[in-house]
This record gives sequence, C-alpha cells and structure tokens, in this order.
Amino acid sequence: MSGVGDIGGAGVSRASSAAAPSAVATSRHPRAVPAAVRVAGGGWQDDVRGATVVWRRELIRFSRNRLRILTSLAQPVLFLFVLGTGLSSLISRGVSSGGGANFKTFMFPGVVAMTVLFTATFSAVSIVWDREFGFLREMLVAPVRRGALIAGKCAGGATVATLQALIMLAFAGLVGVPYSPALIFTLIGEMLLAAVAITALGTALASRIAQVESFQVVLQFVVLPLFFLSGALFPLHGLPTWLSVLTRLDPLAYMVDPMRRAVFAHVTTNPVVARLFGATMTWGSWHLPIGVELALTAAFAALMLTIAVREFSKTD
Amino acid sequence: MTDLFAGPDGPSIKVIGLTRRFGDLQAVRGVSFDVAAGETFGFLGPNGAGKSTTISMLCTLLRPTSGIAQVAGFDVTASQAEVRRRIGLVFQDTTLDDYLTAGENLRFHAELYGVPHPEAAQRIRDVLSMVGLWDRRDGLVRTFSGGMKRRLEIARGLIHSPRVLFLDEPTVGLDPQTRAHIWGYINDLRRREQVTMFLTTHYMDEAENCDRIAIIDEGEIVASGTPEDLKGGVGQDRVQLHTDDDAAAIAALADRFKLTATMSEGAVTVYVPGGEQFVPRLFAELGVGISSVSIARPTLDDVFMAHTGRTIRDAEASTADRNAASTWRRARAGRR
Repeated sequence: MSGVGDIGGAGVSRASSAAAPSAVATSRHPRAVPAAVRVAGGGWQDDVRGATVVWRRELIRFSRNRLRILTSLAQPVLFLFVLGTGLSSLISRGVSSGGGANFKTFMFPGVVAMTVLFTATFSAVSIVWDREFGFLREMLVAPVRRGALIAGKCAGGATVATLQALIMLAFAGLVGVPYSPALIFTLIGEMLLAAVAITALGTALASRIAQVESFQVVLQFVVLPLFFLSGALFPLHGLPTWLSVLTRLDPLAYMVDPMRRAVFAHVTTNPVVARLFGATMTWGSWHLPIGVELALTAAFAALMLTIAVREFSKTD
Repeated sequence: MTDLFAGPDGPSIKVIGLTRRFGDLQAVRGVSFDVAAGETFGFLGPNGAGKSTTISMLCTLLRPTSGIAQVAGFDVTASQAEVRRRIGLVFQDTTLDDYLTAGENLRFHAELYGVPHPEAAQRIRDVLSMVGLWDRRDGLVRTFSGGMKRRLEIARGLIHSPRVLFLDEPTVGLDPQTRAHIWGYINDLRRREQVTMFLTTHYMDEAENCDRIAIIDEGEIVASGTPEDLKGGVGQDRVQLHTDDDAAAIAALADRFKLTATMSEGAVTVYVPGGEQFVPRLFAELGVGISSVSIARPTLDDVFMAHTGRTIRDAEASTADRNAASTWRRARAGRR
C-alpha cells in the first residue's frame, strides 16, 4: 500500500477503491506546484464520462464537416428523386397509384435507411482513421474501460446517423408521406435502433482493419451488399429462391421493413399498390411482427457490440 | 505486486527481466532497471533497438511476453487502469485530433482522466501557457506546425498531473530550434512539477540532459548510469585519422602500437588514453601518410561504441529495415 503516499505527494488524491486512505498522504505533503490536480478513481462515473467524451467528439466532428452533411445527402436524394421517379413512371404503366402511395413512397423508407447505413458506417469506420492518425491511442491509453469508449462511439455514430436521416425525413411531403408526429416519432425510434446496430457492426469491422485503404473493401463487400439485399429498392416478395434467401440473411432488411410498415400505415393506398409495395417481411408463409423485427435488430446490435468490445479490449 | 514498491522513496518505475517477442523477433530481451521518483531517465539507442516496445509495455499498450514491470507502484499487466491514471504520454507520432481545437483536445483529455471542471480549466490554462500556446487555444490543430503539435502533446500529457511522463522520441523530426524549445519545456517541467520522466531518444546530445541513461542495443541494456559515469568509464580519447591507405594504417597500428583500430564514419578510429601524447608518436612511427587527425574526449557515442563495437549511426543503418513502422502499428498489423 505504500505507493499511495507518494501519489499524494504528487498532488493527486484518489477518489476511491483500490488505493489506500489518501487524506493523510495529501496533508502530509503540502503541494509545491499550484497546478496539480486530482483525478478520478475508477468506477462507473469514469465510464459514463469517457463515453460522453467520445460521443461529444463525434457530434463536434459532424457539425464541423458541413460538406460531409451535404455530400451524404446527394446519394439518397438521387436515388429517391431520379431513380425513384424514373422507375415509378415505368411501374405506373402497369399499376395505377390512383393519387395515393406510389413507388417513391415505397422507396422513401429505403433511402432513409440508406442514409442511416452510410452515415453510421462512415462514423464507425472513422476509427480506422483515428488509428492511422493516432487519436485512437490517446483514447485507448486513458483510464476508461474499452466498453465505455465503444458505447460512446456507437452512441455518437447513432446520433449523427439519425440527425443525417432526419434531413432526409424532411423530404417526406414531396413523396406523399404526411408529416404526422406519430409517424415521425416511430421512424426516429426505428432509425436510432438501426443506427446503433450499424455503428456496432462498423465498429466490430473497424477493430479488424489496420489500414485506411481497406475501407474500400468494407464498402464494396459489406455495405453495398447489405444495402442492395435489404429491400430498400425493391419488394422482397416474389423473388427467386437464391435472392430471397440472401435478403432474409441481411440484417438491414429487418431495419428497413419496420420503417416501411410505419410509412404505409400513414398513407392511403389502393389495394393493388398495398399488395405490391406494402407487403411485409415473411419467413415462408409467416409474416414477421414488427416486434420480432425490432428484437432481431436489437439482438444483432448487442452481438456486434459484444464483438467490438472484445476485440478492442485485447492488449497485444 | 505493489508490495515490491517501497513507499514515497521507492522507484517510480521498476523493471525486472522484461521481454517482448513479435513472432520470431525478440524486440526486448530481458531488460531490468529502476527509475527513482523525480528522476529523468533516458533510453538511448538506435532505431529498432527496442525503445518504443519497452515504452509501450510500460504504458500498458503492449503486453510483456515475460518479466515484471511496475509503474508508480502498480503492475502494468495486473493493474492497467491504476497505471494509466498515473502516467502521461507523448508519442513519436501525433495522437491529437486534427479536427478539434487545441483547447478541445485538452478538455477531452481532462474529461477522459476525470479532472474536475473548475480545476481542469485552470490546469489547461497553465499547461498551454507553459508551452506558449494559450493564444492559439481556439485554433484547429490541423493548422498547427509539427513543433506546435508536439508542444501541445506535451501540455496534454501533463493535464492530469501524472506521476510519470513518458516521452517517446519527443524531438524526432523537429528542426534544431524547436528541439531546443522542447528541451526548454522538459527542463522546466523537471523543476516545476517534480514529475518522473522516462524518455527515449537516439540523439546523443539529448541523452546528455538526462539524470541517468540506459544504452539499449538489439533489445538489451548494454550500459547504464549517469552520462558522466558512462563517459568516464570509457576513459579513453577517440583519435580519428584520415590516411593515404587505411588498410595499411590499421595494420601498422596493430603491429607497431598494439592497438585495435576500426573504420568508423570513414575514418580510422582508435581509442587511447592521453590522445595528445599519442599523436606525435603516431606521425613519427606509423609509416603511412596521414592527411588529418582529430582527437575527441569520450562522448556518449563513444560509450555506445565501446559497448557495442559500432556507432549508433552504423547501428541504425543495419536495423532501419527492422523497424519501418512504429512498434504499435506493427503489433496491430501482426495480430490480424
């Protein structure tokens, strides 16, 4: 226990736990240097503070990078208004929307999910940049548990992705989706859950990536397949078996579907459109309840978080 | 493990038989040393000698393969968090967030280390003023020069009043003027904060600033002590000759003077006691044309030479390829 007296001498007294009664030690050594400070002594407060720091940093970096906010908007806007308009004119030859929901209404939750996907991935994979430019080490060597850092990172990525997706949500009126408070709150909740899951996935991936160049690989082999198989762009029923199976294996599919169901619950549709675009995720003939989809997403998030924390807790 | 640590007067760092292996490469081979509280201790050696690996183990970023290391009384493996709370770090490569301001980087650090708010504000002001960056506190770090970043890192490493400050090559890549400034701050710190400092360097002149140094080569400590003791231990002056025929000169030195000469930095080099008395004899008896002679009192370079048989620059040339990336990044990559 003897080391503790010396710590007091350096002007640092301990708040709790592992070390010894420090009151004696501090009073015995009048501090020579006015500036010395006390540091915290471990416990959950440290972890909360550590997570908050990481979360705040994420928000500051997001708000400073206006260009990124704008460019992240470009892709979903193109999909929704260019691809969406082009495809709806093709589809409307077969199906009359009758002034209600149309293909763009169908795509809207898809591009919102897409915004969440790309923003959250980018945020999580920025860990690789942090490693390259050194800041990761500043965090890893701090007296904060790795789990807290990962939690902060995921909270930050989720907040940023949800904020970015909120901007997309503002376009709702242009594609015939009403600005109903109930719908918006439901979507925000689902976006947050999806954003946490995707940030956790990205963080788990980032733990295995040593080089910035590898980000391209993640984009091409993880993010884009997740997106294309998610049902963001086309309905998931009536597909060839191989594609149907792949889409059911895509965790993002269980994030897009609840958002779409929320949207379709708030728009008027004719029966044909509802059957074609409003159909829900099925396993065989079973229509998954929204609760099951959300639970699957939460379980996926928990799994990815566990992997990420385990990976980052390893010491070489 | 804390029982080995003997109170306020006990060592700040205690290392016994510390070893680290990366696959087949044995980067650190059973080093042992103590650093007393308040001491400035330098690890001197060429790149690739194991300096950064040792520092990474001491600051809990790398797990020792074997051996014991205690920092501020706590074992680096068993009590990681306790060690981390008590140390400050300044790395070779920057670990600042470029997209935050200088002040934000420091505030985040204070938060991570749990420095209470009112004290943190005062402390940040103190450390920024010390390194002359208080006026630039709202500047984005990415607009800073290399020297400013290093100063900011030193300031940041001090915010939580660490008992031990680790400086891994604190002046590498900086111009001579900035290097002098950094050393000004380091010496200032020794006086003002009584912090124990552990630093690595491959600059001989910087090692002279330390209270004690250990010379490390190929993962082993080959000598340690105060710079004066080490230089005194060599006890001989270095005489370097440029001759018309170096091979003949070396042969003649062996034959007529019973001296073992080596080629170093392009010159025939011998160590003799009393260099001034030796030179006249040399001209009279060598029998090989001499174009120039220089005599030098022992430097740390000579200490390194005496213990390893080569200069630190020669050692760097041979190990440069071993250590292309920083230890830490190599370790990360090696794990995949």
